Amino acid sequence: MHVQPFLRMDNIRKRFGSVIASAGATIEVEEGEIYALLGENGAGKSVLMNILCGILTPDEGEIVFRGAPLRLGSPEQAVRHRIGMVHQHFMLVPSLTVTENYMLGQGSPLRLLSRMRAVSSRISELSDRYGLDVRPDSVVRNLSVGEQQRVEILKVLYHGIDLLILDEPTAVLTPQETDRLLDLLRGLVKEGKTVIFISHKLDEVMRVSDRVSVMRDGRVVFTTKTSETDPRELARMMVGRDVLMDLPRTAAQPGRVVLAVTNLHCNNELGLPAVRDISLEVRQGEIVGIAGVSGNGQSELALAMTGLVPTTAGSIKLNGEELRGLSPSAINRRPFAHVPEDRHKMGIVLPLPLTENVILQRYNQAPFSVRGLLDLNAIADHARDLVRRFKVKARDVDVLIHTLSGGNQQKLVVARELARRPDFLLINQLTRGIDIGAMEFVMQEVLKEREAGKAIMLISTELEELFAICDRILVIYEGRIIGEVPPDRSRLDELGLLMAGKRIDTAPAATLM
Amino acid sequence: MADINIPPPTNATSILAGASLRAGLSRLAKATAPPVVAVLLALLAGAVLLAVTGFYAFDIFTVMVNGVFQDVGSIAEMLLRATPLILIGIGLCVAFRCSIWNIGAEGQFYAGSCAATFCGVQFAGLPSWAHILLILVAGAAAGALWAAIAGLLKVLFNASEIVTTIMLNYIAIFMTSYLVTGPLMESGAAYPQSAKLLREVWLPRVVPSTRLHIGILIAVALAMIIYVFLFRSSAGYAVRIVGINSHAARYAGISVRRSILLAISISGSMAGLAGAMQIAGVTHRLYQDISPGYGFEAIAVALLANNNPVGAIFSGILFAVLDSGSELMQINAQVPQVLVFIIQGMVILSVVGFAALKFQSARPQE
Repeated sequence: MHVQPFLRMDNIRKRFGSVIASAGATIEVEEGEIYALLGENGAGKSVLMNILCGILTPDEGEIVFRGAPLRLGSPEQAVRHRIGMVHQHFMLVPSLTVTENYMLGQGSPLRLLSRMRAVSSRISELSDRYGLDVRPDSVVRNLSVGEQQRVEILKVLYHGIDLLILDEPTAVLTPQETDRLLDLLRGLVKEGKTVIFISHKLDEVMRVSDRVSVMRDGRVVFTTKTSETDPRELARMMVGRDVLMDLPRTAAQPGRVVLAVTNLHCNNELGLPAVRDISLEVRQGEIVGIAGVSGNGQSELALAMTGLVPTTAGSIKLNGEELRGLSPSAINRRPFAHVPEDRHKMGIVLPLPLTENVILQRYNQAPFSVRGLLDLNAIADHARDLVRRFKVKARDVDVLIHTLSGGNQQKLVVARELARRPDFLLINQLTRGIDIGAMEFVMQEVLKEREAGKAIMLISTELEELFAICDRILVIYEGRIIGEVPPDRSRLDELGLLMAGKRIDTAPAATLM
Repeated sequence: MADINIPPPTNATSILAGASLRAGLSRLAKATAPPVVAVLLALLAGAVLLAVTGFYAFDIFTVMVNGVFQDVGSIAEMLLRATPLILIGIGLCVAFRCSIWNIGAEGQFYAGSCAATFCGVQFAGLPSWAHILLILVAGAAAGALWAAIAGLLKVLFNASEIVTTIMLNYIAIFMTSYLVTGPLMESGAAYPQSAKLLREVWLPRVVPSTRLHIGILIAVALAMIIYVFLFRSSAGYAVRIVGINSHAARYAGISVRRSILLAISISGSMAGLAGAMQIAGVTHRLYQDISPGYGFEAIAVALLANNNPVGAIFSGILFAVLDSGSELMQINAQVPQVLVFIIQGMVILSVVGFAALKFQSARPQE
């Protein structure tokens, strides 16, 4: 029917400094459909949509909308083309009423004041029509997150938008609110609107979308009708990697339990449950993998174990000693090392030299600090030692760490953590964003630690990494451990199903734990 | 970008390096080039401004420099002016390195002045050296406490220190007015001022027949000490990590709250000490408007020094030269003093501009 699709974004490229956010992504959207853009955090979904709604301009590529090329310089221009986006972080002024928020930036204040009543009654009318339950005179600050989201959606409808983009709309919603939102989206499509829906949650995509594209590393790797795929296939597409070379390793000989987590609960930063009743054990000489689509509680689990976010219930025991309730610095003094998920945000301090980065947790301990003063020679020696042992490519130990490649930064982080001689090593994302050479190197180092009898827990969204070095793989879904699979590539389908939240009867539930 | 960000501390590298002298020198050049270029650009812009308003810039600058460096007496006066700027500036280096935007040094200076005056007119009979020590310590402690109020509000209630320190400035300034018109007012005085400090507690002078007191030497020594604190002590390391990346600080087990309180208290103590020295070394009594805005000018001193305490010695002197020079220009060349204030403003703007440029190029956009 359509010679030209409703919307086509062709070969969109966008880079920020050295980071490639969009590496030639192409999508086509039909009029009147719900189109889901699926992918892990950082896959490039939001960047692509920010380009479509005029917030970002692409470096390369073109957008064709309703048969005509579209060049946008601002979100206002997008609105003029009837394209609107509801962002993950709401763009509302908390101290203003709904009506006042809608009037922001809509022309001269004097004219607006006279139109206040008209705007307000238009809001009521639209709210009734879509069943959104938005009251124009409510102050935004007093609304729940779900209500604020409906205010945002209604704002887009108020501007007469035909193409509605939603960025991770369910991330902040309760299950009931999610149901309501998905119903609303179906209703909008019946009215002839078109919806693009960004998500990393498979079940929502399956429930509501007509078609789905999977993004990975800034590219669209897979597009299909939702009715012709299943969560397992989508999960595999989301996390798929090139197969790594198999690393030689001996069979695990697990010893005594080093780390035991029992019935652990914690909330995310919005106060919603993120880790729900997780229990697991890690023994000497084994690597336990935690697989899952990102955003299922992995970050919170790691932070809770290290004392960086408060837990609400449960226990974390290291060598039989309770860690729950200890401060991060107290946990740092235990034989517990942690390779954090995001090295730029947490693992290293970018504008400082290697020397000052290798003492991060031990800055006030001997031999690096003597009577409160830093021993610069001891620090430099230690840094040189780590650089040599881990083959970190750096001109000298006093160069700033942001001049190193991601792989070399990660090598240094792993080296620093292993140098603390931990009994237990918690790794959240071992090889994210680093080159193949560095990847194999750090994986081998971690395997060596296993041989040496360390207990290791590896949280990863990259299945190949888990298959390559883990001895068993637990699957986390919506904050729960829902199954265990052996690190056997022939069990990939089973793993994919578990990651999509589908418990299977044949899964060895009995061996869970 | 919600926060104002301090450019990366290039000098920290050279300290931990143990590198060769040549590498050290090249780093020093790299660290000092931006502020020097910024100052030169600002002076150039000032020259244009002077030319537009009908003055011959070269003559004016010559008058200024010759006047400031005319003789020992004029140099001493300039250094006297630099003393509080350096002291407050090195304290602000610590706060700014911790990403704490202490705009309240002015109020902390007043708090220190009041405490010093109180101790200076009391406790007669103490040995002179002990009394002086008491005055200086009291001033520093009062400044630290005044700043710690803002620090506590920050760590307990997440109140913006920019707002609270500005508000505390007003309280301190009006409190001083109250003291010199009431409890501390000299009996029988015609003007609101405190009693004169006993001669025994006046700070010793370092250059005969000038007003320059030992405060300048103490300021330089403290600049070195603060430098060592920031770049060679573990507590200073913690302060800097908190300032650059609080997530990494928490991961490292650093108490973010403790570092914030420490940094703002140190910065307040330096401002309070500067106030005490102004009382014990220069005015010898407290009155209203005791500070011509040292606490604000010192913000520029710290910024121009890229928050390096040793650099703050030089930037403090530079601002003192501009200050002293501005008076001379007005007297000897009939150049309105406000033009010099404009030039000072340009120095600050170009320094901040350089810092922003450096910051942008050093960081990928989000």
